[in-house]
Amino acid sequence: MLFNLVYITVAIVIIIGFYAALFKRNLIKIVIGISLIESGVNLFLVSLGYREGGIAPIYTNAPSTYMVLPTPQALTLTSIVIGVATTAMLLSFCVVIYRYYGTLDARKVRRLKE
Amino acid sequence: MRKLLLCTALIVVLAAFLYVSINPADFGYSTGDHLVFGHPRYVDMDDYFIHNGQNQTGANNIVTSIVFDYRGFDTLGEASVLFTAVLAVGMVLRALRRDAK
Amino acid sequence: MMSKIVRTQANFLYPLIMIFGFYIVAHGHLTPGGGFQGGAVIATGVALIAVAYSYKNVKTWIKKTRLTATEAIGLLTFIITALLGISRSFFYNWLANTGLLFGQPVPYGINPGYLNTAGTLPIMNFAVGIEVLGGLGVIIMYYLHYIKEVSKNAV
Repeated sequence: MLFNLVYITVAIVIIIGFYAALFKRNLIKIVIGISLIESGVNLFLVSLGYREGGIAPIYTNAPSTYMVLPTPQALTLTSIVIGVATTAMLLSFCVVIYRYYGTLDARKVRRLKE
Repeated sequence: MRKLLLCTALIVVLAAFLYVSINPADFGYSTGDHLVFGHPRYVDMDDYFIHNGQNQTGANNIVTSIVFDYRGFDTLGEASVLFTAVLAVGMVLRALRRDAK
Repeated sequence: MMSKIVRTQANFLYPLIMIFGFYIVAHGHLTPGGGFQGGAVIATGVALIAVAYSYKNVKTWIKKTRLTATEAIGLLTFIITALLGISRSFFYNWLANTGLLFGQPVPYGINPGYLNTAGTLPIMNFAVGIEVLGGLGVIIMYYLHYIKEVSKNAV
C-alpha cells in the first residue's frame, strides 16, 4: 500500500486537473488544469524508472554505482520543455480571446454560433 | 444534467485510477509482472546505458548522454517544437496589434 | 517601475542568477542540470529585470530581435554540431576520447569530474541553453509588449 503512494498521488493530481478543465469556466483556470494533467503524467513517468535504493544516474562523487533508470528521466525532460511551449501557446490564445470578446468566460465566447 | 454526467465520468475515472494504483497486480498481467513502485521489470537497455555511457560518450551524467547522444533525435524535435512555439506566439500577438489599428 | 527596495534587490540578484545559470549550463555533463534548466534560470533573470524596472525602460536594454537571433543561433549550432559527425551517423560523438577540445578520456567509474571531457555534449548543452534563454526571454518580452493592447492601465 505504501509503495503505491506515488501512483495514488498521480491519480489524484490528474483528477484535479480534469476537474479544473471540465468544470471551471475561466479560461486561465482551464489552462491551469491542463498544466496539472501534464505534471501528473511527468510524475508518473519519473516514478516508473525508480529502482529501490538507487541513486541519481551521475558518476561525479557518487556514493555507489547502483542507479535508477536514466531513460524515463531524459524523456521527462523533453516532455517538460514541450509542456512549457504548449502553455505559452494557450496563454497567448487567452490574450487574443480577451482582446476580441472582452471576457474570459468560456460560456460567453460563442459569437461564432450566432 | 450535464454536471451530473460530468461528475459521474470523473468519479468513474478516479475509481479506475485508484483501483489500478492500489492493487497493480491485477493490471492485466498474468505472468507475475507487477507494476510495483521501485521494482521496474525491463532494465536491460538502461543498464547498457549506465555501464557503457561513460566509455562511449565520456560524460559523467548519464541523463545528458542519453538526451544529447543516444536519443538526439528526440532533443532535435523538442528544440524545433520550442522554436515553432515562440514563432507562433509572436505571430498571434502581432496580429492583435495589426487589428487594433 | 517598482520601489527602490525592489530595484536594489534586483540589481543585487541579477548577476548571481546569471552566474548560477551559466554554471548549470557549463557543468551539464558533470552535475545535475543541463542546457534546458540553465537556460530557464537565465530567462528568470530577464523576467526579474522586466518586473523590477518597467517594460518601458527594459525594452531599450534587451532587444527582442537580439533574443530571437540568439535563439536561432543556438538551434543552428545544435544542428551543425550534430551534422559534423555525419561520416559515422547523425548525432555521432566525434570529439569524445580524441584528446582535442573536450576530448580527454574519462576514467571509468566514480571520479571527481573533469570539465574537459564528453566531446560534443558541452557544445550541445551550450547551444540548447542559448536557445532556451532566447525562446523563454522573447516570450516574456512579447507578453509585456502586447499586453497594453488589451489593458488600458498596463505597466
